[in-house]
Amino acid sequence: MIRLEGRLAPSRLWSVLSPVVAMAITVAVAASLFALLGKDPVRGLEVFLLKPWSGTRALTELGLKATPLILCALGLGLAFRANVWNIGAEGQFLIGGILGGGLALVITENQVPVDRWLFLPMLVVAGAVGGMLWAGIAAFLKDRFNANEILVSLMLVYVADLFLSWLVFGPWKDPKGFNFPQTMNFAAQTGVPRLVTGMRLHWGFILALVAAVAMWAFMFRTYKGMQLMVGGPAPAAARYAGFSSRWALWVTFLISGGLAGVAGALEVAGPMGQLTPHVSQGYGFAAIIVAFVGRLHPLGAVLASLILATFSIGGELAQSRLGLPAAITGVFQGVLLLSLLACDTLINYRPRWSPR
Amino acid sequence: MNETALLIAATLAAGTPLALAGLGLLVNERAGVVNLGAEGMMAIAAVTGFAAAFHTGNDWVGFAAGAAAGAAAAAVFGWLALWLYTNQYATGLALSLFGGGFSAFVGTGYVGRKLEQSAGVGIPGLRDVPFLGPALFRQHPMVYVAIAIMAAMAWFFYRTRAGLVLRSVGESPESAHALGYPVRQIRMVAVLVGGALCGVSGAYLSIIYAPMWVEGMIAGRGWIALALTVFATWRPGRVLLGAYLFGGVTMLQFHLQAQGVQLPSQFMSMLPYLSTIFVLVLISRDPLWIRLNMPASLGKTFHPGS
Repeated sequence: MIRLEGRLAPSRLWSVLSPVVAMAITVAVAASLFALLGKDPVRGLEVFLLKPWSGTRALTELGLKATPLILCALGLGLAFRANVWNIGAEGQFLIGGILGGGLALVITENQVPVDRWLFLPMLVVAGAVGGMLWAGIAAFLKDRFNANEILVSLMLVYVADLFLSWLVFGPWKDPKGFNFPQTMNFAAQTGVPRLVTGMRLHWGFILALVAAVAMWAFMFRTYKGMQLMVGGPAPAAARYAGFSSRWALWVTFLISGGLAGVAGALEVAGPMGQLTPHVSQGYGFAAIIVAFVGRLHPLGAVLASLILATFSIGGELAQSRLGLPAAITGVFQGVLLLSLLACDTLINYRPRWSPR
Repeated sequence: MNETALLIAATLAAGTPLALAGLGLLVNERAGVVNLGAEGMMAIAAVTGFAAAFHTGNDWVGFAAGAAAGAAAAAVFGWLALWLYTNQYATGLALSLFGGGFSAFVGTGYVGRKLEQSAGVGIPGLRDVPFLGPALFRQHPMVYVAIAIMAAMAWFFYRTRAGLVLRSVGESPESAHALGYPVRQIRMVAVLVGGALCGVSGAYLSIIYAPMWVEGMIAGRGWIALALTVFATWRPGRVLLGAYLFGGVTMLQFHLQAQGVQLPSQFMSMLPYLSTIFVLVLISRDPLWIRLNMPASLGKTFHPGS
């Protein structure tokens, strides 16, 4: 019988190896699933994992999908490390998108002449304010009334979704839009500057990378960041050292909410160019997986975002080329996170064979 | 008068899935395990139950399939959280994300399919009593099953030895272990029961309540059921009452619309979510009250000493 025995110190090797093994398990599950559905597993994996990486266009689309994931996962990684469970990044993303989209709409309707490069910082601020506002509600209710932040932040996702739906079905609906639930197309000057001409990839990707480096510096090179890191694994020690858990709650909620909001604003003004009921494709939830797969580390989040972006584009390709439902992406995302959690056990435990 | 009766009937119907899921989650939480995978288990069970009912034409086969699917999903969670010592919150969350994706994938072929509406038979004799008949006695049998489960659970928790053992495992797994009770096995059974009831709840939603399958149809009910166990301070009777309260809130939006209240439908649809937050705030204000009632080991990983 195999028994798990606690390690004296967490294994550094397994902390790195675990995501790799989890990825291998996911690929194995994917291959089996393809075979089960009567598709050639090799061809399936090629379409799903390699095609999203072949060619300039594919690579730029990958970066485009990864951008919101990186931004959301950076903040979530910080929050989870501080033992603050913000599960509602999806809602914060939506409100950021609504504020950013609203700003673009005002400029479009009034034909305000504004340079794209001048609009970009305004857009980022609008998104951040929206996300922080929404995250701030959950932080406030936890701080003031001790209300469970998991449930509150999650309930607010549904509220944000319905609010967006009301806007695009009601007051913000394009009067010339044939009654479709969407706003008018934003003016060209509100678009996010492109990174590569002819491709949809925009400067938000660079912004996300800069944010990742900044987050790394904050987490591992500042005293305030260190306080947050201690509060997660050792709350008693943090209290003893005089680190405030209220501070950790507010800071992590506002940072993670703000980043998610920025991601939403960039998505709306960038590739979408208008508000519709389907602003997010579950980025806020996928980012939870990204954060864990990336070891709650900012640079890990960048790598993990590329993996999840691959899954997402691979799912679309699997639909168009193999005739599989695009929802297969969600299956693989879930398998990846579940197998990662299982593999993570080996960081703190050593399997021992004990005859019994 | 007649309208009130119909409102009561609709409230019971809307509250039943919340009650079933909430009671299921109560079992594993009483044993000290919090499973945030409720939403995912319900989604998997909803599509499985719908498929089973669709192909066999029998709702009860659908419920059984839903229960089995919910328990199977819960088994994955239980194995990870109890035997591999993974964090219960992260694992449950992973199950919810997986369930959302898996159900959408499996259910692609069932979107737009219709089940034959089974007419509510009701309780003979009582169903024709004026007012009370249409209000209470013309429901789907599952509504009464939920009430029976609540009663059985209250009896089990507070009147049987096994119930006492289950609660002791939730309060102090170390003591229960020292007394020789197999803590992990007991918790696993509780997790499976929780998954099965969440499964019945999901199947009820897709087979009776909707009755159809569409991606995202659980619409946060799994999370509301999780909140219910907190509102109810982990008592079966209060879970049932809370579920009906939320069923009432869900129905209120349709009632208000019928009354001609000019409020966009989206804001009405926010009501269940906003009231969940509101009640959470009300009940959590006093941390001591929660701490006194919450199973002491809730959410904490148990390592059997060796």
